[in-house]
Amino acid sequence: MPPLSGRRVTALRIRVEHALRPWRRANPMARRLVLLGSVITLGFAFLAAFPSLVAPYGEAQYRHVVGTNEDPAAAEGRCGDEFECEDIPRRLSPDTGFPFGTTSGRLDVLSRVVWGSRVAFSIVVLSTVLAMGIGVPLGLISGYRGGKLDRVLVTLMDAIYVIPGLLLAIIIAFVLKAYFAPGLLSAAAAVGVVYIPQYYRVIRNHTLSVKQEPFVEAARSLGAKPNTIIGRYVLFNVVQSVPVIFTLNAADAVLTLAGLGFLGYGVPYPQAEWGLDVSRAISDVVSGFWWTAFWPGLAIMLLVTGLTLVGEGLNDIINPLLRVRGFRGRVPRRLEPAPAADTPVEVNLSPAPTQENP
Amino acid sequence: MPGDPISAALGDRLSAEQIEVRRQAAGLNDPILVQYGRYLGGVVQGDLGTPATDPRNVRQIVFDLVPATFELTMFAMVVAVVIGILVGAIGARYRDGPFDVGGRIFGIVIYAAPVFWLGILAQLLFANRWGLLPSGNRISARIVFEDPTGFYLLDGIITGNWALWSGALKHLLLPGMTLGLVISGVFIRMVRVNMLQTLRADYVEAAQARGVANRRVVFAHAFKNALVPVVTIMGLQFALLLGGAILTETTFSWPGLGQALVEFINRRDYAAVQGIVTFFAIMIVIVSLLIDIINGLLDPRVRY
Amino acid sequence: MTSAVSDTASGRPPSNVPVLQVRDLSVAYGTPRGSLGAVDRISFDLYPGESLGVVGESGCGKSSMGRGLMQLLPAGAEVSGSATLAGRELVGASDQQLRRLRGEDIALVFQEPMTRLDPLMKVSAHFVEAIRAHRPGVDKDEARHMAREALAQMGIPRTRADNYPHEFSGGMRQRIMIALGIVLKPAVVIADEPTTALDVIVEAQILDLLDRLRADERVGLILITHNLGIVAETCDRVAVMYAGHIVETGSVEQVFNDPKHPYTRGLMASTISLETTALHSIEGYPPDLVDPPPGCRFHPRCPDAMYQCREKIPEHAEPNPGQHASCYLYPGSGQPDPEEPPGTLAAALHA
Repeated sequence: MPPLSGRRVTALRIRVEHALRPWRRANPMARRLVLLGSVITLGFAFLAAFPSLVAPYGEAQYRHVVGTNEDPAAAEGRCGDEFECEDIPRRLSPDTGFPFGTTSGRLDVLSRVVWGSRVAFSIVVLSTVLAMGIGVPLGLISGYRGGKLDRVLVTLMDAIYVIPGLLLAIIIAFVLKAYFAPGLLSAAAAVGVVYIPQYYRVIRNHTLSVKQEPFVEAARSLGAKPNTIIGRYVLFNVVQSVPVIFTLNAADAVLTLAGLGFLGYGVPYPQAEWGLDVSRAISDVVSGFWWTAFWPGLAIMLLVTGLTLVGEGLNDIINPLLRVRGFRGRVPRRLEPAPAADTPVEVNLSPAPTQENP
Repeated sequence: MPGDPISAALGDRLSAEQIEVRRQAAGLNDPILVQYGRYLGGVVQGDLGTPATDPRNVRQIVFDLVPATFELTMFAMVVAVVIGILVGAIGARYRDGPFDVGGRIFGIVIYAAPVFWLGILAQLLFANRWGLLPSGNRISARIVFEDPTGFYLLDGIITGNWALWSGALKHLLLPGMTLGLVISGVFIRMVRVNMLQTLRADYVEAAQARGVANRRVVFAHAFKNALVPVVTIMGLQFALLLGGAILTETTFSWPGLGQALVEFINRRDYAAVQGIVTFFAIMIVIVSLLIDIINGLLDPRVRY
Repeated sequence: MTSAVSDTASGRPPSNVPVLQVRDLSVAYGTPRGSLGAVDRISFDLYPGESLGVVGESGCGKSSMGRGLMQLLPAGAEVSGSATLAGRELVGASDQQLRRLRGEDIALVFQEPMTRLDPLMKVSAHFVEAIRAHRPGVDKDEARHMAREALAQMGIPRTRADNYPHEFSGGMRQRIMIALGIVLKPAVVIADEPTTALDVIVEAQILDLLDRLRADERVGLILITHNLGIVAETCDRVAVMYAGHIVETGSVEQVFNDPKHPYTRGLMASTISLETTALHSIEGYPPDLVDPPPGCRFHPRCPDAMYQCREKIPEHAEPNPGQHASCYLYPGSGQPDPEEPPGTLAAALHA
């Protein structure tokens, strides 16, 4: 790789500085909360990426080779012949060998929780891809074209939006069950549909405003085709609001998945899904075993907290509306017209049109 | 459509031709939109459909079960609003102080908790371990009572049945508090943000400039104005509350619409599911209309 | 720099006891970059029945001065110096003392009338609240009666007292705000850009009302504005602010006909009138108040700047009786260097 020239490094630094300015101006508490959220979220992301590094057992492993944690199903050879196998004990309270205890189905709760983060992240990613993949293009077309199509889509999306998210997910899962075997994909589809209207709405409204920008009008007057305008000019500008929606929706998606799983419409057992594990633990609670329900639920709460802290925190930092009044921007430097010297300088939230070459 | 109620119920007993005849008779072979249009026509006349797996029609089911769901959600809403207003408003008033930071973290964490998990923990502690409260159902089977309205708290008062009233309240506490606590997270956040804005509003400063006492400025101006959007949020949260009620009712064996919906889904009873979902949608529309009316009463700027 | 200008508008002799005495008043805001001195050691007197115009560009600190007097500043702002209102010190007064003074003795009329009334409260309720905050003994009916009278005085029909704010136009709301300000007959009214948000006809009405108030009620009026025309029409005296300093004071006739400070001259030259043939503007920009230039704050933009201008802030000289300017061009401003002709620094800076 060729070394970066000094000028490019400076330009890059200025850009980074500019991007970091709201972060520096945010109050320390907001920054700490975002950092805390990032640590939690990244922690779970690590578990999701490398579950076997942390989980002592497999996701559905109920027995192990004596002396090791190894799953006999994965080991070469047969139990009894080449090596001794042992069942994981049932309903063992948390102790040294099983820090989170075991379930009535001989599963290690810690391993289930760790593997569950993989399912949670997969669903968040897949459902987001689906929601974006449908919501963003529909929003673009609807906002840019307007007319009858726009009105129909707006009505449809509003109708979807009124239905409680969980209820909608249940209905989708219910319908999908008739056609496909339940699994990651159908669960992701059920969760994803809930968030289509949100992407659609934000993108559509943003498109409507970008459409009026001079650079789009200019491109249109130069005879650019609608598809070129949408793809090149509008998309670049509106796509910037997507990460904000994503950070806010991700937390909600984890909860929706958990609710779906709890009702038995998520991914099928024995895949490790936290909501499903809690629902399977209901009978344990009646007999006083707390650990089978406690840990997966705690994992949901932690991950959702982490994602919320990141999403809300970034939103607050980017949106300076609520900044403390004592902090102000530069003194306005114009003679006329005169805004009151004491009004805080509003930072323009709407993304500046990127000056892409046509 | 695969998995339609006729094949689901009779698929192994009838031949394909017989099923086809019955499908034809039931109108299941018409285009989906036609079927749906026919259904909506019924809804307008108060007919929500007829379940395949229940002798009652959906309207009767809804009438039977809606009091349970409403009693639960209303109770939860009151809990959420009270907690949300107290924690949010005090937090905003003493912004960035320990109470504010604590309240915000509580709001985020409690909203992040799955309602069914909180419910199970509550059952574990309050019902199983300490035996303080019942863990499920609306009322214990031992109590004999009449229920003219179906709202047991109300019925207890109307019929003067103290055992019914206190029993119903005891049963309501765990599910109601659980659902209310979870929803309160939203209110804490919204009340706090609104209050932060109204505390900085121009009219608040103008009142200070006239020498109005601080307490009055905070309560009569900032707080009152912050509450107007909270009513709107209450309306928006109603959908969330219904979603939460499905989970809460399932967790606490609460015999309401949410639990019934889950059961009908498990039985693949499309007609019942469609009817209940339609009813939910109608409720959401009615609530948003109500909220508009209340807003008009609260805010002199709103006129029709 | 105290001067009593004859009270031309009312024809009554001005009282020679100032109702408001400001000495070395400073207002500083905490910013992430450091303390921003929006107002820096300003002093002036205001007499009953007198109207003082405070003019300057946006950001010169004139609004901060008004708010500093009311002690209505955001958290992290600091006021120092002294301001005595009829013998009572405002700077450093307790919250309780301030609460009693605000509205009762000193009132502030804001720039934006549209957002200054609580949208959920009837107009009369605003009056009842303000009156009873200061005079708890007044019962509600009496307070409502006072409200109707104050509104009528400002040209709002008595019958509309029980309407909500959104039912009034901007000009009416500003009159309501003024009525609210004067209902308790304060000694001093600070009007901060009271007509900026309004159209010209309404502006004239409002200014007329303020002027009548000053003449009839002997109110000391501080009119903060960037509009020199308003000052010329309504004020007796004028104070010109630049970058937190008062650079010139004098009677309206003196300052408008014969401005002494180079900044005032630039300001007068940049106003547009019928005689304007070419647009003048002052070169450069106001300074950064977190790190202001040394000496006279205007020197980087001043056509007459001398080397000593960046050494020390000039004292207030009195080139004409009653007219004061903080500039080394005039004797009495410090130690002018007889060797150095005006403009040497400016020439060097712009070379």
